[in-house]
Amino acid sequence: MTDIRLNRRALLSLGAGVAAAPLLGACGGVSTSGADGGKGSVTLMSNQFSPVEEKQRFEKILQQRITAEKVAFNQVETGVFASTLQTQVDAGKVQVSAVGALHGDLAQHAERLIDLDDVLAGLGDRGFAKELTDLAKLGGTTTKYIPWMQASYVLAVNKKALQWLPSGADVQKLTYDQLLAWATAGAKANGGKPIFGIPAGVKGLYHRFFQGFLLPSFTGGQITTFRSAEAVTAWEYMVQLWAQTARGSTNYDNLQDPLQRGEVLIGFDHVARLVGAPADKPDDWIMVPAPSGPKGLGYMLVLAGIGIPKGAPETDKAKDVLKALTTPEVQLDVLRQNAFFPVTNAPIPTDLPGAVALAAAAIKAQREAPNAILSLPPVGLGARDGEVGQIFKNCFKEICLDGKPVRQVLDAQATELNKILDELKIPCWQPDPAGANCRAA
Amino acid sequence: MRQTRPALLLIAPSIIFMAALFLWPLIAGVTQAFHGPDGPTTQYVRRMADDPYFWEALRNTALLIVVLIPLQFALAIVMALLMRERPRFAGLHFYIWVVPLAISDLAAGLVWLSIFTDRGYLNSVLDGLGIPTYSWLSFEHPQTMFLAVVVAELWRATSLVFVIVIAGLQGVPRDYDEAASVFGATYWQRVRHVILPQLRPSLQVALILRTILALEAFAVAQALTGRNFPLLVGETYQWYYQLQNPNVATAIALVVLALSIVAAVGYLRLMRP
Repeated sequence: MTDIRLNRRALLSLGAGVAAAPLLGACGGVSTSGADGGKGSVTLMSNQFSPVEEKQRFEKILQQRITAEKVAFNQVETGVFASTLQTQVDAGKVQVSAVGALHGDLAQHAERLIDLDDVLAGLGDRGFAKELTDLAKLGGTTTKYIPWMQASYVLAVNKKALQWLPSGADVQKLTYDQLLAWATAGAKANGGKPIFGIPAGVKGLYHRFFQGFLLPSFTGGQITTFRSAEAVTAWEYMVQLWAQTARGSTNYDNLQDPLQRGEVLIGFDHVARLVGAPADKPDDWIMVPAPSGPKGLGYMLVLAGIGIPKGAPETDKAKDVLKALTTPEVQLDVLRQNAFFPVTNAPIPTDLPGAVALAAAAIKAQREAPNAILSLPPVGLGARDGEVGQIFKNCFKEICLDGKPVRQVLDAQATELNKILDELKIPCWQPDPAGANCRAA
Repeated sequence: MRQTRPALLLIAPSIIFMAALFLWPLIAGVTQAFHGPDGPTTQYVRRMADDPYFWEALRNTALLIVVLIPLQFALAIVMALLMRERPRFAGLHFYIWVVPLAISDLAAGLVWLSIFTDRGYLNSVLDGLGIPTYSWLSFEHPQTMFLAVVVAELWRATSLVFVIVIAGLQGVPRDYDEAASVFGATYWQRVRHVILPQLRPSLQVALILRTILALEAFAVAQALTGRNFPLLVGETYQWYYQLQNPNVATAIALVVLALSIVAAVGYLRLMRP
């Protein structure tokens, strides 16, 4: 009996070992380079272009436009991006040659990236805007990444809505008061059904509207002025605007679908989530810059850049790839195919897909407006980014949906916000002044 | 004493199993919820309590259980009694009634979403009949939002109770029922005094199972209402994945656990013969 039992046990443990082998084997060397180009090639790891169609289109651009080097594009989740970069550089075993991500994703890794001043110096003809190359220093004195592409948020307007535009208002230079008057008039003329929408669904980016547009326009800041008197005014304005906003907004994850269905006629969203609306009939649509408030035209710049990790293989080739990615051809291919906008002075051609051309003009006008206030998605929050975004969403929920007093909500949420920021101890990002520790005053 | 060792050996696998899959996660969970970078802390629990969604989620979950479970049990018992009368095509009816068991909750939620959404089937029918349409799932109409979740959950989860009750009914000897009927008991009297008391064990099991599952309900409400109708488990998901704060997520999960234990113990005591 004993023998048999032992045998059975041995058999079981053998079975367990066999079952565990592939699991353990998988732990050995996590092949983050899903697209491994082989020796001598440049591996570009990025958290951008996560929809598989976008990834494939970008890979095709790389293949067609960058012929001198073989580039393996390795698309990963944001969490994986951060941990891979951190562990590879800190362990001194770097396998990726270049890393491309949003400014905020790269900011926390400034120490892990090599200086790229020499590369930037060789790209004088690209005409990078100064605010972009300043950002690329990540708060230091040397260039840490080369600007890659940009995006922002704008208003998409169905031309049907223009008939209700208040007299004296220029749709290209709206103020927040004019937007409210417009939305009010439109709702009234539409039989009480609002024509304005925001992406306030579960996956919607409406917190960016508060962080980068409404609050900077009214208060000049994003975090430091979180519970200032001007912020109270801004949220009181938001209550009025919400009263004239389509109720379905709390279910909109993006605005292009409801715009295309005709549920709303004016919508605010990320350009990539708007370009689908005018896709079929670009002539029926316009895209315009965000409105201006008392302090100026607050707008959020979504900037992606590419850096080179310290100790990366094939550094020289990676630098050549960076240069190639900023050529007008590649910049315009990315715009045409994936709706991310050039960071260079590449002239926007006239044969762009309609929606992209509309968005390109709006983004340019927004950035070049004389009263523009540049703000960034939070920088250096890492995993807490979602929680900070949620603070702004909570303000919206409690103030606009639940009708609670603005002052009380802002004070309560500022306490939560400061709890998070006090743990992180990070400097502020634009438009707030880069002080020692960022927190709501 | 001589019996101890083999007995211990025999239950060892289940002890190891329970320890590895229940006790260890429980300890890890409590640690995660009450232990911060600087030692023991209640900051995550306070964070949870300060969150505007938490109390709403707690209220909604409680409300859902209070409304849903009596309805489900009434329906399931009626359905089981109907089956007991052996109607024609009993087998077919049975299969149709248990179909929802085989459907994932998210899929069920999406099916009901296509019915209740602004331009869904329900509003299309209303519009066709010339009745004004209604935004059933709008956050402005919490009553119909709640109603939609109840209807969807009712459709999805009643079959589980039904199956348990059917199984229980098959264990009830017909003799008692026939004896009662010989003595002139009406159908209602037989159900009330003969069948239901004998169903007590199955009802108890079903009640505990359903309450715990209702505490965990989330996918249907998520599909129908997003975060407009927050539920506790939905909030743990939100905190874990969207807000990437596992500590607060665990704190909420512990609330769900505590409620489950209270419910299970409560039922066991309440239904003790």
